[in-house]
Amino acid sequence: MKKIGVFVCWCGSNIAGSVDVDQAVAGALKLDGVTHAEHYVYMCSDPGQQKIKDAIAEKKLDGVVVACCSPRMHENTFRKAAGSVGLNPYLLEIANIREQCSWVHPDNKPAATAKAISIIEGTLDKVSQNLPLETITINLTKRVCVVGGGIAGIMAALDLADAGYDVIIIEREPAIGGHTAQISTTFPYFQEISELLDKKRAQVHEHPHITVYLSSEVEALEGYVGNFKVTIRTQPRFVDHANCTNCGKCLDVCPVLVPDEFNRGLTRRGAVFRLNRDDERQLPVIGRRDCLHFNEGTKDGCGLCADVCPEAAIDLGAISSTQEESVGAVVMATGYDLYSPANLPEYGGGKIPDVVDAMAFERMLDPKGPTGGKILRPSDGEVPKSVVFIQCAGSRDPERHKAYCSRACCMYTAKQARLYRQQVEDGTAYISYMDIRSDSRDFEEFVQKGMEEEHLLYIRGRVAKVFEEGDLLKVLTADTLSGHALEIEADLVVLALAMEPASGIHDLVKKMNVTVDGDGFLTEAHIKLYPVESSTKGVFLAGCAQSPKDITDTVSQALATAGKIQTMFANETLIADPLIAEVQTDICSGCGICIETCPYGARVMNEYTGISVVNQAVCQGCGACVAACPNKACELINSTTKQLFRVIDDFARRA
Amino acid sequence: MDNNNSGPRVVAFLCHWCTYTGADLAGTTRLEYPVGIRIIHLMCSGAIDVVYVLKALLDGADGVLIGGCHPGDCHYQTGNLKARRRIALLRNILQTLGLEQERVRLRWISASEGRLFAETVRQYNSNLESMGKNPFADEWDV
Repeated sequence: MKKIGVFVCWCGSNIAGSVDVDQAVAGALKLDGVTHAEHYVYMCSDPGQQKIKDAIAEKKLDGVVVACCSPRMHENTFRKAAGSVGLNPYLLEIANIREQCSWVHPDNKPAATAKAISIIEGTLDKVSQNLPLETITINLTKRVCVVGGGIAGIMAALDLADAGYDVIIIEREPAIGGHTAQISTTFPYFQEISELLDKKRAQVHEHPHITVYLSSEVEALEGYVGNFKVTIRTQPRFVDHANCTNCGKCLDVCPVLVPDEFNRGLTRRGAVFRLNRDDERQLPVIGRRDCLHFNEGTKDGCGLCADVCPEAAIDLGAISSTQEESVGAVVMATGYDLYSPANLPEYGGGKIPDVVDAMAFERMLDPKGPTGGKILRPSDGEVPKSVVFIQCAGSRDPERHKAYCSRACCMYTAKQARLYRQQVEDGTAYISYMDIRSDSRDFEEFVQKGMEEEHLLYIRGRVAKVFEEGDLLKVLTADTLSGHALEIEADLVVLALAMEPASGIHDLVKKMNVTVDGDGFLTEAHIKLYPVESSTKGVFLAGCAQSPKDITDTVSQALATAGKIQTMFANETLIADPLIAEVQTDICSGCGICIETCPYGARVMNEYTGISVVNQAVCQGCGACVAACPNKACELINSTTKQLFRVIDDFARRA
Repeated sequence: MDNNNSGPRVVAFLCHWCTYTGADLAGTTRLEYPVGIRIIHLMCSGAIDVVYVLKALLDGADGVLIGGCHPGDCHYQTGNLKARRRIALLRNILQTLGLEQERVRLRWISASEGRLFAETVRQYNSNLESMGKNPFADEWDV
């Protein structure tokens, strides 16, 4: 028979005001197994804790019930106290008689007292069957895999590498930089992106602790926090960069012409191309999808690039390869794509050549871009004298498009319009907006300056239609502040398209076992308290993969993620809670239902024994497998069915 | 033990992350509700085996309240949805036993919905009062 002590806290008058603590102690003493019971004004105070410690030592207690506030308040406090005098902390349980008894039954002392004793009884019956437990130790591989080489991935990787940890970056494009590389300047200080990004990209490539896998994607992720194994598949680029001298001859002979994604279709590129054709430091690669050599009909027919290459660096027979890396943590920095303009036919998206998206406009603003930094109409190369910027193109429209706000558009539209007005002095810039969201330092001033000094014409309303009439575009809208319908003549229309998660995110999240919201953005473990942790331990989030952000917020979050991982890596091993599932091996039939049920992949079949085992490092102790097991072979340690049955017995019956 | 309380007895299984915390908040906010409820803390509503619910009813509880996170908010991704399916199936068993389906109630109550928790308990209590005592209360002992 166990010797259990019951300690009833008054919590001043919080408990003692509506529960008769004398009677509670007297009631507790009548319960089976209770060899000691007392009450005290504040059990959590030092003298209160001392009473518990003394009783454990003197009465040789092997179980303790503290009847006090919610376990969410002081369970740790009391378990630590018990541990300090040699009682295993898991042999102490809390009976919640404040939040769930005295505070909610203030006016019926006899009933509240009886309920408190009943709660003590249930807790006692649980604790008397608790097992002493030790925390679980997990190995920790102090290496990080960053998925995505945009600004979020770059900043997180650099921070971690500077802290001395090996980092691998997996980037599916042939170069790092992400969408940031397409942008011309930042707001609110008109700083050139190349100034920022070139330095960071160089640091990544030169860093002894960073390995970059380009043209690569995650093929599989196995393992668990501290012990992941990432399989990386690298697509062939068909150009041997070890021998390529970047002479550009292949670029000249390639007969293929397809829209250039990097320049958002403003230019065309060959099947052999530089991701950013205007960045001559980038080495060419061949896109299999576009290359005639790989296409049906012309298969093996073309090899002009190979013929012309003076270094024999073109290898059209190259195949994809896989590589495995062991890491302890993963950063999901997979970024965003723009919502397709084809979804907005009412604005001529994807149809009218002079309706461009904001990213194409950024390419025009780039001095090293396709227009040399000049804003020109794609249709005829003329300087547009009237430009209409349409904000919320696809955002904040729950009926037809995305319900959410894409956050960065208000500011980059103001920036683009201001840059346009600075470049085309006699031009007119209209901005169609719903609300102006300029909620960060110097943002509001930036927008105000645009209105006052560059005379941007903000029109509050939602554009109904954009159509061609002769050479011109007509924009039908309304000024909802004056209540007038408007028809604006424009040379160029710029759509601030919604941001959406990068393509392929749904396949990737299945591999990474992380969750997404209804829009496909990665969800964090807790919006306020765990904003950069995913639902899977050891997998972290950064940047627009989690929600639309500007560069400032993306970098903040990336650095927060890097900090979180460094906190984890500050330990030599990881510690896990032992309150997890266990399997009674003689009962398990190996049916595998638990494996399907487990949201964390913590249940694995031992092929040899035919018994399902629990991966202690991965199990979160939710109990889904316990409820699903048809044989009752799984149990949650210290919340077993046997224990729960005793508690249910206590609680269901009216004595 | 419980001589002063003749109202309905409810056994509640509440998940750690949402409803148990919501019940704590009801206390912190000093929202009164009937005294007949006894709360069992579980990490997730998805851990509730129908056997626990049946055991409580066969032991004589007048009702069983199950509280979990709102769909989409489960700390363990989908435990609440598992609970929902299980409880839906359990209702068939209740019918076989000749028990009213309303004796088992599943509710999504978040950690911030203390008021909803108190209101739920009050309402459930009055429903159970009008339903009368669980017929199993006096019948047998399992």
